[in-house]
Amino acid sequence: MRPLIELRGVQRVYGRGGIAVQALAGVDLQIQRGEFVAIMGPSGSGKSTTLNILGCLDAPSAGSYLFEGVDVSARSRDERALLRRHFLGFVFQGFNLLARNSVIENVELPLVYRGDLARRERRSLARETLARVGLSERATHFPSELSGGQQQRVAIARAIVTSPRVLLADEPTGNLDTTMSEEIMDLLCELNREQGITIAMVTHEPEMADWAKRVIHFRDGRIELDTARAA
Amino acid sequence: MLWEAVKLAIQSLRRSALRSFLTVLGVVIGVGSVIAMVTVGRGTTARVSEQMRSLGVNLLVVRPGQDRRGPGSRTEARAFEEADVEHLRAQVRGVKAIAPYASQSATAVRGNENWSTQVGGTDNAYLVTQDWSLSAGRVFTPEELRAGRGVCLIGETLRARLFPHQDPLNQLIRLGKVPCQVVGVLAPKGQSSFGQDRDDVVLIPIRAFQRRLAGNKDIRTIYVSTLDDVATARVQHEVESVLRERRRLRPSQESDFHVRDLKELVQAMTGTTSVLTGLLAAVAAVSLLVGGIGIMNIMLVSVTERTREIGTRLAIGALESQVLVQFLVEAIVLSLLGGLLGVTLGLALALLATYALDVPFVLDLQIVILAFVFSAAVGVVFGYFPARRAARLDPIVALRHE
Repeated sequence: MRPLIELRGVQRVYGRGGIAVQALAGVDLQIQRGEFVAIMGPSGSGKSTTLNILGCLDAPSAGSYLFEGVDVSARSRDERALLRRHFLGFVFQGFNLLARNSVIENVELPLVYRGDLARRERRSLARETLARVGLSERATHFPSELSGGQQQRVAIARAIVTSPRVLLADEPTGNLDTTMSEEIMDLLCELNREQGITIAMVTHEPEMADWAKRVIHFRDGRIELDTARAA
Repeated sequence: MLWEAVKLAIQSLRRSALRSFLTVLGVVIGVGSVIAMVTVGRGTTARVSEQMRSLGVNLLVVRPGQDRRGPGSRTEARAFEEADVEHLRAQVRGVKAIAPYASQSATAVRGNENWSTQVGGTDNAYLVTQDWSLSAGRVFTPEELRAGRGVCLIGETLRARLFPHQDPLNQLIRLGKVPCQVVGVLAPKGQSSFGQDRDDVVLIPIRAFQRRLAGNKDIRTIYVSTLDDVATARVQHEVESVLRERRRLRPSQESDFHVRDLKELVQAMTGTTSVLTGLLAAVAAVSLLVGGIGIMNIMLVSVTERTREIGTRLAIGALESQVLVQFLVEAIVLSLLGGLLGVTLGLALALLATYALDVPFVLDLQIVILAFVFSAAVGVVFGYFPARRAARLDPIVALRHE
């Protein structure tokens, strides 16, 4: 079966000439539908760069990125924005919720940009999604009124409201204490298991990586280790 | 999507209401001053042209002496005489009325009341040239004019002073030492554009004036009102040639009298107004420029403050153009808000000013619409650069921004 995501010899170089820094030095990687992959490695190892490229926030300097078999490595800014809009969901370490908007508006936002649903439909889909992360009763609250764990759950709802092919999480538990972290990891696993959402998560905490089915270690811009765990 | 952007913009402006207000103050002042000044200007113009109409716009004023402004006496030139008026009446075509006028101040007395006023010696044609009517009584009879009888027409101010409660008709008053019977009351005219009370006047037959008050036969002014469809320049020319002949001036000699067209005066005044309007537009342009720079500044601050928000929006699939529109709309809403405040403020000021100056309040919708269009344009022009900066942000960098 064709992999959902395939990186072939991907390199990423920042800067030019003598001060050029090679963040990725040739990465080959395949991720199948339904996988839950944890990406680990020391800082500067290339794990965040990889996630950015997988998330179409960044484009490789060399090599190719096949998304569902289609090469998307040379797309323009707006084309990549459309890929993100329709196929990708993001969860960040700092939650990145819009402080001035209510919880339900935050969840609804990606649908607003997609613009293919009527107001009413958008709202009800956002409500459903919020229920899936267990925060129905917080719909009209503002992010600042919620705990960190709850905010991250809102962010997850925002990421999955468009039913993306892949959920990309960048240190999703980095700002949370242990209890809340477990709550979040529980939720991600549940989404992965029950709804078959493919997840790629960057983390530097081994306890978090333990939740994933597959762990990839980066070092010096290359994959050092790629281990699958028994489910 | 556009509506979302407007909603978003209003939301973000409400959050920093004071800052937004201070930002748009430049636009408020620019738009406000233009609206106020233009409205007051329109009112004044309306007032002046209304007065000019009441003065008789098709009016030529003939006076002895050359038309020199400023110091230097014109009175040395010979005055006109009654025969000059007769000749003009006989020879100039296209004329509605020609009236002699001589005046001096005198005290009007009735019983214990006395009031210093202006006495004008003239005839009934004067009322035609001034477009003046009577509110009571009658004009002079031919016999009264011929014999120079002691009869008079009194202005409204004088009537109010001397006859506050009685009917003035057929009552006797004294002008200086000259007894005079009131035969008519002039309809009120109000103030002239130079603030003179035009109702503070009493008219008597020219011959009575010359014989009993002035003691000479001088006529210092001749009013010529032309018919509506006649070119005043031609009439002016004819008046000049008749009078030159009467005064036996050789072709090489300059006229020792002058004919002034009131229309020219109106045009001069209108000209002043348009210069003022131009000046005002310049002030407004500077003020709008300053306002625009203020808006640009605050939008740049806003973009920096909200870098992470922009990064988030880009990450979840906002297009460059959508971010651009969002910030552009915010700038436009801001400047339109300034425009709205400015229009309100300007109209309020204009209302006060027109009330204080006693001129009509003329609402010019065109200028109001123009003000809105201009303030929106300020938003577009000065909001574009910050909005483009926001739209061009690299999402990765923006997401990492603290």
